[in-house]
Amino acid sequence: MINLVWLVPLLPLIGFVILGLFGKKLSKGLVSIIGCGSILGAFAISLGIFFQLIGQAEKSITIDLFSWITAGQLSIPFSFLIDPLSSLFLLIITGIGFLIHVYSTGYMSHDEGFARFFAYLNLFIFFMLLLVLGSNYLIMFVGWEGVGLCSYLLIGFWFKNTAYNNAAKKAFVMNRIGDLGFLLGIILIYVTFGSIAYHDVFLLAKNFTSGNPILTAITLLLFVGAIGKSAQLPLYTWLPDAMAGPTPVSALIHAATMVTAGIYMIARSNILFTLSPISMEVVAIVGVCTALFAATIGLAQNDIKKVLAYSTVSQLGFMFLALGVGAYTGAVFHVMTHAFFKALLFLGAGSVIHAMSGGQDIREMGGLKKYLPVTHLTFLLGTLAIVGFPGFSGFFSKDEILAGAFEHNKLLWFLGISAAAMTTFYMFRLYFLTFSGDFRGSKHQSDHLHESPKSMTIPLMILAGLSVVGGLVGIPKALGGTHFLEEFLSPVFEDSSFRIISHLPHETEYLLMGIAISVMAIALYFAHKVYVKNKTIPAAEGEELQPLHQLVYKKYFVDELYNTLITQPLDFISNGLFKVIDNQFVDGIVNGIGKAVNWTSSKVRLAQTGNIGFYVFVMVISIALILFTRIM
Amino acid sequence: MITTYLFYFLSFLAIMCALMVVFSKNPVHSVLYLVLTFFTIAGHYVLLNAQFLAAVHVIVYAGAIMVLFLFVIMLMNLNKDTEPHKKPWLKFSAAIASGLLLVVLVGSLKGAETIVPTNAFNPNIGLIENLGKTLFHDFLLPFEVSSILLLVAMVGAVMLGKKSIK
Amino acid sequence: MSAIQVIPINMYLLLSTVLFTIGVLGVLFRRNAIIIFMSVELMLNAINLLLVAFSSYLSDGKGQVFVFFIMAVAAAEVAVGLAILMMVYRNTKSTDINILNKLKW
Repeated sequence: MINLVWLVPLLPLIGFVILGLFGKKLSKGLVSIIGCGSILGAFAISLGIFFQLIGQAEKSITIDLFSWITAGQLSIPFSFLIDPLSSLFLLIITGIGFLIHVYSTGYMSHDEGFARFFAYLNLFIFFMLLLVLGSNYLIMFVGWEGVGLCSYLLIGFWFKNTAYNNAAKKAFVMNRIGDLGFLLGIILIYVTFGSIAYHDVFLLAKNFTSGNPILTAITLLLFVGAIGKSAQLPLYTWLPDAMAGPTPVSALIHAATMVTAGIYMIARSNILFTLSPISMEVVAIVGVCTALFAATIGLAQNDIKKVLAYSTVSQLGFMFLALGVGAYTGAVFHVMTHAFFKALLFLGAGSVIHAMSGGQDIREMGGLKKYLPVTHLTFLLGTLAIVGFPGFSGFFSKDEILAGAFEHNKLLWFLGISAAAMTTFYMFRLYFLTFSGDFRGSKHQSDHLHESPKSMTIPLMILAGLSVVGGLVGIPKALGGTHFLEEFLSPVFEDSSFRIISHLPHETEYLLMGIAISVMAIALYFAHKVYVKNKTIPAAEGEELQPLHQLVYKKYFVDELYNTLITQPLDFISNGLFKVIDNQFVDGIVNGIGKAVNWTSSKVRLAQTGNIGFYVFVMVISIALILFTRIM
Repeated sequence: MITTYLFYFLSFLAIMCALMVVFSKNPVHSVLYLVLTFFTIAGHYVLLNAQFLAAVHVIVYAGAIMVLFLFVIMLMNLNKDTEPHKKPWLKFSAAIASGLLLVVLVGSLKGAETIVPTNAFNPNIGLIENLGKTLFHDFLLPFEVSSILLLVAMVGAVMLGKKSIK
Repeated sequence: MSAIQVIPINMYLLLSTVLFTIGVLGVLFRRNAIIIFMSVELMLNAINLLLVAFSSYLSDGKGQVFVFFIMAVAAAEVAVGLAILMMVYRNTKSTDINILNKLKW
């Protein structure tokens, strides 16, 4: 099965080519079959690879496909690396990807760009697979850029809307800032190690001492890339805006897969990071700050997708916290469970939006429990999973992260658990405002409330099932589990294991779990009290808010801050340069040359008299002169 | 000895006739002098043992090309009176320029190295048998291409000669 | 007895140079397009003569074959050129090249 790995990215690529070239001529049914079928095939092969990898002792297999770049000393093969980490990501990408493709056949069924949508989605899956499968940083970079491109295309999918186009551009530009860091990191890796293949780099890295400044520089640059792609402080603002894209895109790209690329990259380079404690601290601090910061913003948002978007940013912060404290398994575990429940929540939100005829404001929802039973139940399960209700998948992964943070630094743990409490509050706020109480929307909307078609509800149910049981692969030893995931991933992280000093005693773990559960319960109680008992509805647009509330509601004015601090000065400077340097100076030179040539030729062309005799005369004289100079 | 005299005689005649081509007032005379020039050149060919070429030269140049010239001149009814003339100072400068060219050409030839023939002298290369062998052995493709050229020229001449081109 | 065995090659060079220069003189001297054309023929023949002379001198038939090709080209050129002159004459009632001066600034 592992030998067939080249088929995994190839199938979505073939799907993209067919849909991209002939999509308009194919029927919607055929487009759905090609779009979903190619991903299903990739998923089947990924499943085979996964089980083969479990069964065999050799855990890291490199498959050379062809020689890609050969220039002088540099030789980069196009090869894939199959190990537990990449095979797990393969499953997440193709599995969730397939479910979201199926969902999209229902969600996008009335859209003109149906085939285009599936073509982009397939292209995205292709690049994402390339990103995780590559056996060197360059292939990862190609995938990295490719998913950025697809993200841009899909955010701006409804390109007739200027606001959506601007959101797409914002995402692209923000990502570019991070990508530059990543690229510089790759170059520095090449300069330092003379290779960019994971195997060579990690082997050589072991010879470096911990805290080596070059490693710190490399890892910080790589982390800049991760900040951009995974929407961390200070480059997170593109992700909430990216919700302009169709909801399945938000679920697939901006929750489950692409934004976790940064976590994958750091988990992949775990040795480099483990060897530079400073970078680790930076990662952890940025992560926990993002988690807390985005969670506070999420408390006051009224757009169902915006809440989920900030929740995603916050959860990504948790993952970086895990990476920063060295709990690599916890981070990957959370990537997986987050992919399940956040995809579920987004798709559920999509189902709600579908029922609301496009309305996204939770102030106009309420009481949808009655109308959308399946969506309601699955959304509730997703909410329970994300807040870490005991037994659900989010509980285990978040617990592992918080345990890792506690072990590393008590303050990080405290900030983390505060963010978790806020997560509980805003998620239940979202849930209560959407599904309980009475319907607050317009008459027209209430007439059209309906459950979504089967193609949308079945993926919801599958994802709900995964969200509930997904945590079982990582039951901690304290609860009598075996933590299958840790065992499975251990070959990838074994070189970094020296940093993980010891596991916490079971008693402490029980205590931490208890605290987490009680904090969650308190937050849940408050949310219930405010939004169910008191039936509070968030203030309408334009109403006076308390200063603090206003600050959070307006997202701390970060966009405005960036606008004032960066965009406007840049605009001012470029405007000045344009007006003075370009318009006067550069254009002056260019136009001056043109004018000079024009003037000269207007004089010189008078020599063209049209008199043939004169031409011949000049020719003869010239030949005579040329010969004369030859004989002299 | 007789060959030497013949050479100088023919050379003198050729140069004289060529000058007359340029200086005759009547275009018809020019044509006739040019025919004479071609005949003297044909004589040179015979002296150089290129008998076949001499025959072809007379047929093609004197027989075909010059007759064509003559036809055209007669069609246009050109004669001494219709002949346009340049201004005297232009004629003078033309003579000076070509004289200069002659001096420079001769001067450059004076400084040239003389090549020495490597083959032994063969009086038979101008015979049709040997020429044919060279032509159809070494120059087959150019020969065929030149036939296309002639065809194209023929088509072009007919097209141009038509009264009106649509 | 071939002339090349008694006459030095330099004489042929001189002769064809003189003929060529007379051709150039004709082009410069006259305004009648047909005479100019004839002068061009004269120049071609000066070259032909030189080619034949060298062909004999070096005992190599290729020079004479080249003369054939030049004749073919000259024939083609004369056919097309005279056709063009006929057109010009038909339109301008003149063969004066100074009339053809429209192609200028």
